Amino acid sequence: MTEVERHPYDVVVIGAGGAGLRAVIEARERGLRVAVVCKSLFGKAHTVMAEGGCAASMGNANANDNWQVHFRDTMRGGKFLNNWRMAELHAKEAPDRVWELETYGALFDRTPDGRISQRNFGGHTYPRLAHVGDRTGLELIRTMQQKIVSLQQEDHAEFGDYEHRIKVFAECTVTELIKDGDRIAGAFGYWRESGRFVLFEAPAVVLATGGIGKSFKVTSNSWEYTGDGHALALRAGATLINMEFVQFHPTGMVWPPSVKGILVTEGVRGDGGVLKNSDGKRFMFEYIPDVFKGQYADAPEEADRWYTDQENNRRTPDLLPRDEVARAINSEVKAGRGSPHGGVFLDIASRLPAEEIKRRLPSMYHQFKELADVDITAEPMEVGPTCHYVMGGIEVDPDTAAASVPGLFAAGECSGGMHGSNRLGGNSLSDLLVFGRRAGLGAADYVQSLSDRPSVAQSDVDAAAQSALAPFNPTDTAENPYTLHNELQQAMNDLVGIIRKAEEIEQAIDKLQALRVRINEVTVEGHRQFNPGWHLALDLRNMLLVSECVARAALLRTESRGGHTRDDFPQMDSQWRNTLLVCSASGDGLVPEVRVEPKEQEPMRQDLLELFELPELEKYYTDAELAAHPGRTS
Amino acid sequence: MKSGVGAPTRARIPDKTLRTDRWWLPPLLTNLGLAAFVVYATIRSFWGSAYWVPEHGYLTPFYSPCLSESCLPGSSHFGTPLPELPGWIPLGFLALPFLLGFRLTCYYYRKAYYRSVWQSPTACAVAEPHDRYTGETRFPLIIQNAHRYFFYVAFLISIINTYDAILALTHGLGLGGIILLVNVTLLWAYTLSCHSCRHIAGGRLKHFSKHPVRYRLWTLISKLNVRHMQLAWTTLATLVITDLYVMLVASGVISDLRIIS
Amino acid sequence: MAYTAKFKVWRGDAESGGLHDFDVEVNEGEVVLDIIHRLQATQAPDLAVRWNCKAGKCGSCSAEINGRPRLLCMTRMSTFTEDEVVTVTPMRTFPVIRDLVTDVSFNYTKAREIPSFTPPKDLQPGEYRMQQVDVERSQEFRKCIECFLCQNTCHVVRDHEENKEAFAGPRYLMRIAELEMHPLDTADRVRPAQDEHGLGFCNITKCCTEVCPEHIKITDNALIPMKERVADRKYDPIVWLGNKLFRR
Repeated sequence: MTEVERHPYDVVVIGAGGAGLRAVIEARERGLRVAVVCKSLFGKAHTVMAEGGCAASMGNANANDNWQVHFRDTMRGGKFLNNWRMAELHAKEAPDRVWELETYGALFDRTPDGRISQRNFGGHTYPRLAHVGDRTGLELIRTMQQKIVSLQQEDHAEFGDYEHRIKVFAECTVTELIKDGDRIAGAFGYWRESGRFVLFEAPAVVLATGGIGKSFKVTSNSWEYTGDGHALALRAGATLINMEFVQFHPTGMVWPPSVKGILVTEGVRGDGGVLKNSDGKRFMFEYIPDVFKGQYADAPEEADRWYTDQENNRRTPDLLPRDEVARAINSEVKAGRGSPHGGVFLDIASRLPAEEIKRRLPSMYHQFKELADVDITAEPMEVGPTCHYVMGGIEVDPDTAAASVPGLFAAGECSGGMHGSNRLGGNSLSDLLVFGRRAGLGAADYVQSLSDRPSVAQSDVDAAAQSALAPFNPTDTAENPYTLHNELQQAMNDLVGIIRKAEEIEQAIDKLQALRVRINEVTVEGHRQFNPGWHLALDLRNMLLVSECVARAALLRTESRGGHTRDDFPQMDSQWRNTLLVCSASGDGLVPEVRVEPKEQEPMRQDLLELFELPELEKYYTDAELAAHPGRTS
Repeated sequence: MKSGVGAPTRARIPDKTLRTDRWWLPPLLTNLGLAAFVVYATIRSFWGSAYWVPEHGYLTPFYSPCLSESCLPGSSHFGTPLPELPGWIPLGFLALPFLLGFRLTCYYYRKAYYRSVWQSPTACAVAEPHDRYTGETRFPLIIQNAHRYFFYVAFLISIINTYDAILALTHGLGLGGIILLVNVTLLWAYTLSCHSCRHIAGGRLKHFSKHPVRYRLWTLISKLNVRHMQLAWTTLATLVITDLYVMLVASGVISDLRIIS
Repeated sequence: MAYTAKFKVWRGDAESGGLHDFDVEVNEGEVVLDIIHRLQATQAPDLAVRWNCKAGKCGSCSAEINGRPRLLCMTRMSTFTEDEVVTVTPMRTFPVIRDLVTDVSFNYTKAREIPSFTPPKDLQPGEYRMQQVDVERSQEFRKCIECFLCQNTCHVVRDHEENKEAFAGPRYLMRIAELEMHPLDTADRVRPAQDEHGLGFCNITKCCTEVCPEHIKITDNALIPMKERVADRKYDPIVWLGNKLFRR
């Protein structure tokens, strides 16, 4: 029998980024006992990396903004593949969630009349992003971390114990969800520090584990982003959707090699920075796609006027949605007009005075100065696309964030649907808040509605422990987890990257199949105490499983849309618009088998559909789908 | 080292620091600088002569204000309310203790001498040689909290020094007058850049937006405050230079360089 | 451009440990964390190090490099000469767990002792109005990435284990300053700052400011202003007299 610590809770939240913490706060406010489990220290989650801001149509900077405009922008950005109900809830609730943060102590930048200042961002019609310089993610996570501390202080005052209702299990990794019949009964994991096993006995689990970026070589994501939530959900019997849509942020650092992939905030472009090729030309004007024609300036003069007068000018194409900009940069580099280190130039030095750059973009100034020895107030940056975000994730009910497995909930990047085929900048922080809260609520309602509690079978615990310890067993070939990880990243980056084609994806799938065999041979040295090799060996299984979902879904979708670009099918295809690719897993073994099946998405509610002009919808929808639109019927 | 970096739970590293740079140099220089000033200032304070140049109206700041019957004729700009003093009392005895107190309790000088004289700590991440440490929590160091009172007095003394310098200018313009003027300007900069002054001017406010004038003042002082360390050292130097110049002219070693007489 | 550097890395746990020598490849543009990762991948697969964003934004990879508290990811190899021995040890103020990883729970304990933001009761969400000039001071402190290098370098606890009980450390004294300067906070933490959180221990020797990777002016903008506020409340006889005369 395995030796484990047992912790009974009402709700276990896995992941302590924005979504996880917001879920914790909500479940705790409902009176439940909540454990929050995170792989890093408390407050270090990847949310701190979010720079630009949090999109919410508060209308502080432009009174014309409202939830309908935000909803439209989100659907457009996602190329109408979004789960429209999620996009609706998101647009409606984001302002309340931001204002709520102020009551927790957040200090956003202000407008002259004392309200929250909002900034421009790619794909957003109006200045919409609540921000704090370029460290908005840090503000969000610190604010919620401090809110949790304040709730713990309340509990301390009431019960004499800070951890009476909320306990943070930091540097603790969950490796398996445990079920009782078909519903969630708990989660099994280990302390990274000691390697000791830990079992959470809880009827509800909220997954808020973030993304999958570490499956790619060039990424802005940290080591934590190994798709744990995606994989846990799959293995527990839930489904993933939209996994083929991976967002490559157009502007990552490309030099020096050790920082390749680290993000350069879109705020640089929002504040006036422009993209140039090696000829010094602002090339984005040539990459405005048909669906956005008319909404973006077609000459630099108008684009420059737009920064000061947004009523009478169209915005610069430097601020097109991220997928468009990433593809444009990719094309420029391929055409030989790239910068010395294989990117393009992002120039703000010639556009703003040095002091202004330092004031508006302090951490970017800092980042380039200290990591690349480049003074962005004097010379242009070199930037190129980097794997940034996965639109795909766990398929959930929009209102409750419930996955298909009873007791399982998901929010934030690891859930899917909200962003469709491409996420707008600034929509992830608001997504975290809106659906983090809804997941907390959903879990609380679920737990309170239960008549009996599920229980954890010892055999499941033993099996989970055995699987976790497998890398310590000696094998014939003794594969090194670091080597396998490298090969996986290289394959995904080269073969299932920004631009994809069938034969390359097939090669990737072959490669993944080979890794699937070799992963059984992985062995690690040393003991269980803080052993990074062992940790990677376990995370690798998740990355492999999730990568296979990405590759298989990418192969099936024979069109280009948002974060999925097929060289062999370069056009967007209206027939595909309504089709979701659903991944599920079956079988035992360290990495179960993946199956991908198409599924039709529920049609958009009529009143929401009518928020769009018919000509715009015609670019995305089939004629049959638009038959009921008032523009056609009247 | 049983308590600090040698405590049982910490990484077992025998060295008190692993720093490879010359971390001992700044505290050494501080010690030398402070010692040099203290020696000079002590000697000059008790010297009792060569502090006043009657023909040009130069009074060294070390003897200002000079308020006793012992003062040289003309050097008592504010009269002589005090009787003759025995020779062992410095003529500047009214101002000197406050100026000393102002600098002793100054947030910059505290840093400087805590590091260099008291070695607490000598440099960052260098283990300090003391077994116990209570900082400014108790007597006598709790007196450091009186810094603002020394600031008030120093402020008044700066006005007096300004008066002295202007008075010198009424005798025409010479190098000595310029030195006095530069010195008093820098003294003002040092005095106003004080952290307590910054607090009193506006730092204590919760809402800058409701007090635009004080906010402006606070902003200006904050800019000066960044240079508090440099001003602290520069004014030590200008004080010595000013005094030395006055001493040399007063004792006839050199004569003042006159520009307009 | 690549060369072989000499590294000394502390390896061990709470019971024992010492500096281990490594010869390791260094390429252009790399930071110390890259080298530690190369050691993990090639020579010491179980070398424990805590890290996360690798961009100086999360504050996980705090350690001491050549005796100076630094972030591993923000220390470029180009700051050393090619023949210089680079010594990397864990932070020396916190209990060591293994290799470069320390137990930083001290900081989380202290964080919980600081009374939280206390919003005004009469304002609803969305009604908060604050001026930029009023939020800027606190915003500077909110740049803090909680790397705990200031807590690590502060001699009050670094050199005196027994002070850990009574001293919150620069990070959390700065948190008090942040809340005191928050334009809408209604709580009062001035006396507790001195009496409960140990502000008096601070002798403003500025090591916290020196090591801050976010370049926050911890001493000048947070600790000294707090000391002045405490002086207002506790040590200013005029205020004291005023209270005696007018409040009774």
